[in-house]
Amino acid sequence: MAATPVKFYQVGSFAVGNRLLESGQLSVQSDPGRTNALTSGHRACQGCGEALGARYALDAAMAVTGGRVITVNATGCLEVFSTPYPETSWRVPWLHSLFGNAPAVATGVQAALRAKGSDVRVVAQGGDGGTVDIGFACLSGMFERNDDVLYICYDNGGYMNTGVQRSGATPPAARTSTTQAVGEHPGNVFGQGKDAPRIAMAHEIPYVATATVADLADFEAKVAKAMTFRGARYLHVMVPCPLGWGSASSHTVRIARLAAESGLFPVFEAEHGEVTHVRRIRRQVPVEEYLRLQRRYAHLFSPVRDDVTIARLQAAADRNIARYGLLEDTAVAELSYGEPVVTGAAPTLDFPVPARDHHVPSTSAGPGLDLHERPDPLIGRPPLPGPTPGDQETI
Amino acid sequence: MLSQIEGSKAVAKTVAACRPEVICAYPISPQTHIVEELSRIVKNGELTGCEYVNVESEFAAMSVAIGASATGARAYTATASQGLLYMVEAIYNASGMRLPIVMTVANRAIGAPINIWNDHTDTMSQRDSGWIQLYAEDNQEAADLHVQAFRIAEELSVPVMVCMDGFVLTHAVERVDVPEEADVARFLPPFVPRQLLDPDQPITMGAMVGPEAFTEVRYLAHQSQLDAVDVIERVSAEFASVFGRHTGGLVRGYRLEGAGTVVIALGSVLGTLKDAVDAEREQGHAVGVLGITSFRPFPYDAVRAALAGVAQVVMVERAFAVGVGGIVAQDVRTAVEGTGTRVHTVVAGLGGRPITQASLRGVLAEAYAGELGRLTFLDLDRAVVAAELAREHAAEAPRAAARTAVRSPDAADTVPAGGAVPVR
Ligand SMILES: Cc1ncc(C[n+]2csc(CCOP(=O)(O)OP(=O)(O)O)c2C)c(N)n1
Ligand code: SF4
Ligand SMILES: [Mg+2]
Repeated sequence: MAATPVKFYQVGSFAVGNRLLESGQLSVQSDPGRTNALTSGHRACQGCGEALGARYALDAAMAVTGGRVITVNATGCLEVFSTPYPETSWRVPWLHSLFGNAPAVATGVQAALRAKGSDVRVVAQGGDGGTVDIGFACLSGMFERNDDVLYICYDNGGYMNTGVQRSGATPPAARTSTTQAVGEHPGNVFGQGKDAPRIAMAHEIPYVATATVADLADFEAKVAKAMTFRGARYLHVMVPCPLGWGSASSHTVRIARLAAESGLFPVFEAEHGEVTHVRRIRRQVPVEEYLRLQRRYAHLFSPVRDDVTIARLQAAADRNIARYGLLEDTAVAELSYGEPVVTGAAPTLDFPVPARDHHVPSTSAGPGLDLHERPDPLIGRPPLPGPTPGDQETI
Repeated sequence: MLSQIEGSKAVAKTVAACRPEVICAYPISPQTHIVEELSRIVKNGELTGCEYVNVESEFAAMSVAIGASATGARAYTATASQGLLYMVEAIYNASGMRLPIVMTVANRAIGAPINIWNDHTDTMSQRDSGWIQLYAEDNQEAADLHVQAFRIAEELSVPVMVCMDGFVLTHAVERVDVPEEADVARFLPPFVPRQLLDPDQPITMGAMVGPEAFTEVRYLAHQSQLDAVDVIERVSAEFASVFGRHTGGLVRGYRLEGAGTVVIALGSVLGTLKDAVDAEREQGHAVGVLGITSFRPFPYDAVRAALAGVAQVVMVERAFAVGVGGIVAQDVRTAVEGTGTRVHTVVAGLGGRPITQASLRGVLAEAYAGELGRLTFLDLDRAVVAAELAREHAAEAPRAAARTAVRSPDAADTVPAGGAVPVR
């Protein structure tokens, strides 16, 4: 029987494949060896970048630690869509306390583990609002003490869970439900910005990195790398929100990629306060390509085109490109955006993944919910085929 | 060991003897000496297996305690006043998640106006937070209550606040038999959490609970407080059997036999009250004292039993509900409902004002004479209040007149708006 040709897509992100394929044809994402730390059945919107990012982050953290992870979550979409009692999508020990205290709660978890001499690691996560606004003091305190916590901020540029209000991470000109596209200056103000990754770097913590859900292999590798450090670590991940951004569910990865390729969202790594690596852009995309896919920027294009504002946003992107040297040649060409993935090459991340477990998590009564299960013993991930260049289709 | 020791140090040494695994602290007077001493104890290795975390706020302090407790560690923190309010969101979260954290509150007034001295406004504001609240009468009890608090908290999986009067107790040097670690170990078993974050048995804690189960979760919290009434008594009795002294428990009566009038209070003022009552008894007045140690849960049955046959109660409170009156008095009234016992509230000692025997005895004299009102502010300087009200009234009059004129020149109602005429 002739083999059915497999249609690969989403070049560079490894987000290809289908769990129904033969194991030899499976992609990283559909690998049955994944833990699915955030498993199916949750209530995120279709195309939610945050759900995608959280699953990959926690899977990667579980893989490198052999499943020895405790997770702390701030209030926000991720917390709400994953745990409507009596259900939960989490297959890791998971604790939600409040909106603004996730870093401090993580410190407490970590302190308890240290007191008990445990090797379990701690990952804290929150939305941009929970991180750069209401939780900022706790985050800075955690950084300053250099507590052994990996904190991941899922940046969708607004308070999405409460209905898309403006946060300190909402980009200029974006329309939100508290920065409407009305008046003399529609959308969010051009403030000074609050560059959380650079503020994290100013604390000189061991590791800071940014990533997008367009490049999940890069993101996973950064999570894995972060777990090799001890002390405070910070990952800032761009996660498009179809509902809040007014974008197509199918455009989540594309928009995230354009954010990086335009220079609006620089992707880099820093250690102890110094930038150590940037993800270069092969060809800079005009910000307009990014903006046009999102209704939160619709007022920039109609009823009349707002060239001045678009130019200001382009200037911000250009500034990032200059600041991080995003366009310069790089020795690690295969890491560049838009570069075809080398045939047959292993992804940047190569680590054992706990075995798949098909059980649906169940919950017990009471505020703490039992999962009744534990991750299976670790097995090695089967070797993965890379997509062949001929099968690729750029978006 | 018996020693002449500052209250804060006695508490710190006692807490250390309870072997907490995580201590988190943010400084605020008059709590500072407690956390300073604990820092020293941990740092010089007297207490091992304990992480001392210097946090960036009280909100973080309680949050660290939450994370630690959820991971199965015995967690402790201490605060006061503004700090207690700054952590309120996390206080409710800790009790909502049934985490058996123990916290000392060095009671202090709440601003504005900012005031570092003692009253009970801070902890009274948290009476409905789901925490157990125990009030110490003296430094011996302050120390002992911490040992009992860990037992009670961990047995019920409910957090406990040990409330001790700021400065009056925290900074007072007196003789305290500081519980020894070996004795504490006989009384306080290792912490076995009801549930904890563990990769071997992953659970989801702090899930979103909707209308279908929220009432039940809240009811279970209520039930745990009802259960605490018995547990607090039992733990106090067991403590006595190990340590040989009676501290803690729900309530403690003093010279109640045949009393027609009973003064009720919480905390350190009980010492002064007992002296006042001794003097009154010498004068032939049938008066006694009832100290309430457990304010949350409120021991309705014990209070009602202690007040059987009592004609009137003078409830001395170091806090009040603004615009309403007594706070504890409301619970006392509920306790004596239907018995005919009259309850008078005396608000006293706000912001550290001394509660003198002379003033208390003056109040008692009014009570015997049937002249004590429902609500009295002890030693209130009426001349100052009257002068200020007059000044405010004078300043308000032109504004009120202007408002009236704008509203309607012919309005029959010319009384200025905004309560400019003081209603007393
Ligand atoms: C103290 C407090 N203030 C406000 C809220 C309401 N609130 C809950 S989630 C949320 C927005 C979350 O935004 P973000 O952290 O960016 O996460 P997202 O939902 O966008 O993923 C807000 C404002 C709250 N729960 N607690
Ligand atoms: S509103 Fe946005 S962040 Fe929230 S679930 Fe939907 S897509 Fe995800
Ligand atoms: Mg957000």
